[in-house]
Amino acid sequence: MDLSYYPGCTLKTKAKGLEAPAVAAMAALGVNLVEISRWNCCGAVYSLADDDLAHHLAPVRNLIRVHEQGADKVSTLCSFCYNTLKRANQLVQRDEVKRRTLNDFMEEEKDYQGEVAVVHLLEVLRDDIGWDNISAKVKVPLQGLRVAPYYGCTLLRPQEIAIDRVERPAILHQLMEAIGAEVVDFPFSTECCGSFQIISNPDSVTQRAWDILSSALKRGAEALVLTCPLCYFNLGQRQAELKQKYIDFTGMPVFYFSQLLALALALDSRVCHLELNYADPLPLLEDKRLLV
Amino acid sequence: MRIEISGQTFQSDFVKKVAEISGESVLSCNQCGKCSAGCPMAFAMDWLPNQIIRLVQLGIEEDIAKSKTPWICASCLTCSVRCPRGVDLGRLMEAVRLLTLRRNIDYVAAAKIPPDALGEMPQIALVGGFRKHTA
Repeated sequence: MDLSYYPGCTLKTKAKGLEAPAVAAMAALGVNLVEISRWNCCGAVYSLADDDLAHHLAPVRNLIRVHEQGADKVSTLCSFCYNTLKRANQLVQRDEVKRRTLNDFMEEEKDYQGEVAVVHLLEVLRDDIGWDNISAKVKVPLQGLRVAPYYGCTLLRPQEIAIDRVERPAILHQLMEAIGAEVVDFPFSTECCGSFQIISNPDSVTQRAWDILSSALKRGAEALVLTCPLCYFNLGQRQAELKQKYIDFTGMPVFYFSQLLALALALDSRVCHLELNYADPLPLLEDKRLLV
Repeated sequence: MRIEISGQTFQSDFVKKVAEISGESVLSCNQCGKCSAGCPMAFAMDWLPNQIIRLVQLGIEEDIAKSKTPWICASCLTCSVRCPRGVDLGRLMEAVRLLTLRRNIDYVAAAKIPPDALGEMPQIALVGGFRKHTA
């Protein structure tokens, strides 16, 4: 099955560890991710101002690309891209006046009415492939790996774009169970990591990283699993500072869900780019005999 | 602290602009405080999120202008999904920020961020951060 795919800027540079294993794992599961051509940056954050239409142009143009390339559905991997594309699409679908203004402005484009469906790859795994089918293809169950699912913000909020229940999501839990990992629930799994505040207020992000990591540690997690490249950065890169601040803290590997999925499917671990992970995950994976 | 409130502050241009840019009904808030209770960034704020709404309701522009709270808000929208009155506080915070940014005043200067730190950050942090914090 071919599935249209929008990568976004971060996946081509800083988040290769999210994209490469996802493309490989989907191929192993029978889904060919087809990158749309001529995509542009989605704008990263959805504009929350009522009078600002200019910032919706970038995500809508991407949806126009998908539509003109003959697809009625586009999948995303980056949580930020998912959020901006999905929200911009809903705006076009629901607000006739703004839709007309946007279409009038982009006079070189064909009118867009919100024909394309925007989904996150986790939804494809759950709704199109199914947990049982994934389980059946697992060759290296992640037995004994105690992993805490961390959702972050932009897959769940606001309500109308949530890929799962807003307050107690289960989709990452279910994926981890499907590939044989031991799921550790913890109270910070949907709390914000500080997001783009890493630019202006990095100390507040360090505090957030500690709140989240220490909570998962207290519940007995050995690693965190997540989807968002910014959560990955904030919760990984801040660990150097946290190790200096908290002597007992020795670091905690943070995985993209696609890395663990690829490992469970026994794909070549080089595709996971584990060398890019901030807290070295190799000792943990070797200890659990999860590297083939 | 003495605060002056009057019909003029209630109906000031500032209050109207925040309502207009955010598209939110500011007076819907009844100060239950759920937004502040669940705000993951509250520890770093001077005024709590519900206090910012109260200041907007009363039209006390000076205190909002001095507050770092709207700039600490990470737009995680936890408050927005939990508000029992349906107020999208994330949009109010954005409106307050935009009233400053649209006067061409930046909150963060790109030149002051160490190049090493910038080079390491994912693009979504850079684009997102500069979209939220610069004019």
